[in-house]
Amino acid sequence: MDFSTPPAGGRMDAATRDNLMTQVRQQIALANAQELLQRMSEKCYKKCIVKPGTTLDNSEQKCIAMCMDRYMDTWNLVSRVYSQRLQRESNRLS
Amino acid sequence: MSSFDSLPSSKDDVDPEVASFLQMESQKAELQAQVHKLADVCWEQCIDRPRDKLDSKTETCVSNCVERFIDTSLTIATRFQKLLQGAAANM
Repeated sequence: MDFSTPPAGGRMDAATRDNLMTQVRQQIALANAQELLQRMSEKCYKKCIVKPGTTLDNSEQKCIAMCMDRYMDTWNLVSRVYSQRLQRESNRLS
Repeated sequence: MSSFDSLPSSKDDVDPEVASFLQMESQKAELQAQVHKLADVCWEQCIDRPRDKLDSKTETCVSNCVERFIDTSLTIATRFQKLLQGAAANM
């Protein structure tokens, strides 16, 4: 993406703008998913693989599935509590 | 988000609608980065063994963890500011 050379006058046509916005949103969503995947892999490896064997055994796979679900629950809960707190703080200041 | 730092700095160069869109998205991305960090910290403290659901005790722990983490940041920021002011007054 080239942000550095906008057309003269600083205005883009609607199609270019929509396209740019869609791309930005997609890239942020992708980065977000990658961050989540990376942290989840690290956390669930730590919880579920105590002694690495020659394969992932059945109980390890079950543990990983459960751990993923709980990590996402935790993420969503944190996101909710954090947003509510930000809201309270900004009400307090205004 | 640091990757936005290289945007043209003069406001006249940027479509205002795009500029405000980018500012909003950048704020949302920052918020999400903070949620990733908090989820990491609170997961370590609150989840012992992953179970088939988050029980209410764990939910309370996570919720308190987020609130107290923010309290801690705020307390430290305030105290640090006072230390700086004290140091400046002594100069």
